[in-house]
Amino acid sequence: MIRLFIILIFMATSAAAVEPDEILSDPALEFRARDISANLRCVVCQNEPIDTSNSGVARDLRLLVRERLVAGDTDEQVYDYMVSRYGDYVLFNPPWKSTTYALWLAPFVIALLGGFCVIMVFRRSNVGPEGVATLTADEEDIFADVTKRNTDGTTL
Amino acid sequence: MIPEIGQFALTLALMTAVVQGILPIWGAARNNAVWMRSATPTAALQCILIAIAFGALMRSFVVSDFTVVNVVENSHSLKPMLFKVAGTWGSHEGSLLLWTLILAVFGAAVALLGQNIPTSLKARTLSVQAWISTGFLSFMLFTSNPFDRIFPAPLDGNDLNPLLQDVGLAMHPPLLYIGYVGFSIVFSFAVAALIEGRVDPAWARWVRPWTLAAWVALTGGIALGSWWAYYELGWGGWWFWDPVENVSFMPWLLGTALLHSAVVTEKRGAFKSWTILLAILTFSLSLLGTFIVRSGLLTSVHAFAVDPERGAYILGLLVLSIGGSLTLYAIRAPKMDPGGLFAPVSREGGLLINNLLLALATATVLFGTLYPLFLEAITGDKISVGPPFFNASFIPIMLPLVIVMGVGPFLSWKRADLPGVFDRLKWVIFITLISLLVVWYMQTKGPALAVLAMAIAVWLLLATLREWSLRIKLGQVSFSESRDRLRRVPRSSHGMTLAHAGLAVCIFGFVGSSAWKSEEVLFVEPGTQIEIAGFDVTFEGTERVQGPNYVAAVGVLRVMRNGRDVTVLRPERRTYPVAQSQTTEAAIRSTPAGDLYASITEPANEDATGKWTLRILYEPLVGLVWLGSLMLVLGGLTSLTDRRLRVGSPKRKTPVATAPIAGE
Repeated sequence: MIRLFIILIFMATSAAAVEPDEILSDPALEFRARDISANLRCVVCQNEPIDTSNSGVARDLRLLVRERLVAGDTDEQVYDYMVSRYGDYVLFNPPWKSTTYALWLAPFVIALLGGFCVIMVFRRSNVGPEGVATLTADEEDIFADVTKRNTDGTTL
Repeated sequence: MIPEIGQFALTLALMTAVVQGILPIWGAARNNAVWMRSATPTAALQCILIAIAFGALMRSFVVSDFTVVNVVENSHSLKPMLFKVAGTWGSHEGSLLLWTLILAVFGAAVALLGQNIPTSLKARTLSVQAWISTGFLSFMLFTSNPFDRIFPAPLDGNDLNPLLQDVGLAMHPPLLYIGYVGFSIVFSFAVAALIEGRVDPAWARWVRPWTLAAWVALTGGIALGSWWAYYELGWGGWWFWDPVENVSFMPWLLGTALLHSAVVTEKRGAFKSWTILLAILTFSLSLLGTFIVRSGLLTSVHAFAVDPERGAYILGLLVLSIGGSLTLYAIRAPKMDPGGLFAPVSREGGLLINNLLLALATATVLFGTLYPLFLEAITGDKISVGPPFFNASFIPIMLPLVIVMGVGPFLSWKRADLPGVFDRLKWVIFITLISLLVVWYMQTKGPALAVLAMAIAVWLLLATLREWSLRIKLGQVSFSESRDRLRRVPRSSHGMTLAHAGLAVCIFGFVGSSAWKSEEVLFVEPGTQIEIAGFDVTFEGTERVQGPNYVAAVGVLRVMRNGRDVTVLRPERRTYPVAQSQTTEAAIRSTPAGDLYASITEPANEDATGKWTLRILYEPLVGLVWLGSLMLVLGGLTSLTDRRLRVGSPKRKTPVATAPIAGE
């Protein structure tokens, strides 16, 4: 918490987020730059994208992103360049690789497990066509036995 | 002297908690009524003692007693009084004390208000509550004492962070904690029921008001936190899937599932073991939330190791409470009978889907939040899991949930007539499709998902209103009869209507503000004109304003639309000389259609002297985020005032109180 506070103070002392002089004149390029900076982590901040961060590092990175875009890089190349400098940590969208397979697959696995459990519950709880649970084979036998004895006139 | 009284009271409270943790539950096992009844006075005494300790700490903050370390680190003599008071729970130690106080208040409330709860269940519940309390009190006394003294005392305190001097933020932790701790009562009830080996509809009914109260507080706390971020951080965002946000959101999601599954247990006697499991897991997530934020674990795995004593204690407490309760669950749950039978298409079936999706969403958020920590701890690789992951995994789970939410209240228990339901919803479906086309037409450039989400929200809102109007037979019978029915419908179903409609309103806000916002960032000098979202804005310059402990540059922005004056926005840039820091105070013009949001800062580029960086945003529908949250809170409160929960509390084995019109 203290760390968070320090960062909050830090954030409050400098200017805020993307600055006018950083903005590119080409709106299409600028749009891409904003999109990319929203997905890049400010590496010195607490969980903040460079787009909204006020630290100097974030400003440098924003300028760098734009520099690369103006030089003709694709979005992919800009991300790759950032990863080569700062590692996967800089990406808010975790890459698909051996260390993150578990992360990306987890929702699907949990969904499958959950769906399976729900199907089991439905099967167990289903009231059947007549609104009563059907009898098992053993119960059918007992039932037949009882009705037979009743019709025979023997007491239970 | 006063801090020592606090310290002494805290120690006594720990001893009381130990007694309360042993005697009543032992009495329940041996069927000793006197021992069982000891739970009530001990719970009350514990509450009084912790209140004394809390009062002592608060007094130290109010009078700025800088002989107490905690006050030195978290207060300053120049702070406004409100924030001195709020400083009591601003630190790790103080927040633990607040947590424990709320825990004790809830315990005392159960002890004093729950007179119709059977003695043995009450005794066991309060004993379990005391175990939690013992854990927290001992943690505080042994590792995080809020009353530690310092000598020689410094002349003044260290903390004046103006960014955090905000009413919204001061109230945010107490509300969150009431939410977290409220779930502790549900947890205690669940563990007591497991020990007792008995879960029935009556149990679910005793638990329901506590779940609701906790959920209401948590909803309010989260909404307040996002509101603070929105107007204080200066960039118009209100949710960032930050781990700190996530840890409060997870108990909310699972608590919502619990709220719904408890309904099934109460009305139909089904989902018993699942409800118990949810109660345990919801509180486990609350515990995790409390500790994870306080331990610094989120910043880095290494921060956790800085204070190994606290870290080990926290880990021990978590393992003991979560592991212990889950083990007990594993032993006892298989013996519970599964309860009522139902067809897949039924109210139970709908609520089962609700629970599946909410649990799935919780698991996804939990996984995404903790994964980087585990990865770093195991392999040393650092990765970030941010909004792209959460949006990609969370939204696809939530949209089907919202669709089911529209139908759910129409389904009858046990077996529902789906064609009949669709017949009653045909107009709703029709209007929803029309609105889909209209939104699509208006926003051809916007993301397709936003259009779909908007239509789904329309669907939820209309379906909810339709269900409500059918219930009171609006338009089918005379108006006065409808009004009469309106009064006889249980409050809990009005609450449901309000809360479900509230979520629809929230979604309008979520989508509008994130998908269709427009933003301008530029350097301005007096006379600069900007056009945004149909508004013509002129920057007229800045004024200097002297505040109580700050100096502010106040930007003056004249806002016109079609040549007519709309408003003047006055965003502030405050400088706090003593704290040597600055804050931005955004100026917001709120209308139901959207917010015009402006903030000013000094340019980062030093060449741009004499200019200001103006950030001006138009966020369509953003106000609906908080209006919807308010409706959720009010819905919960309305439900809480239901007659059934106030007076009609059941005795075991008696038929359900007669309700004139079928509830829920």
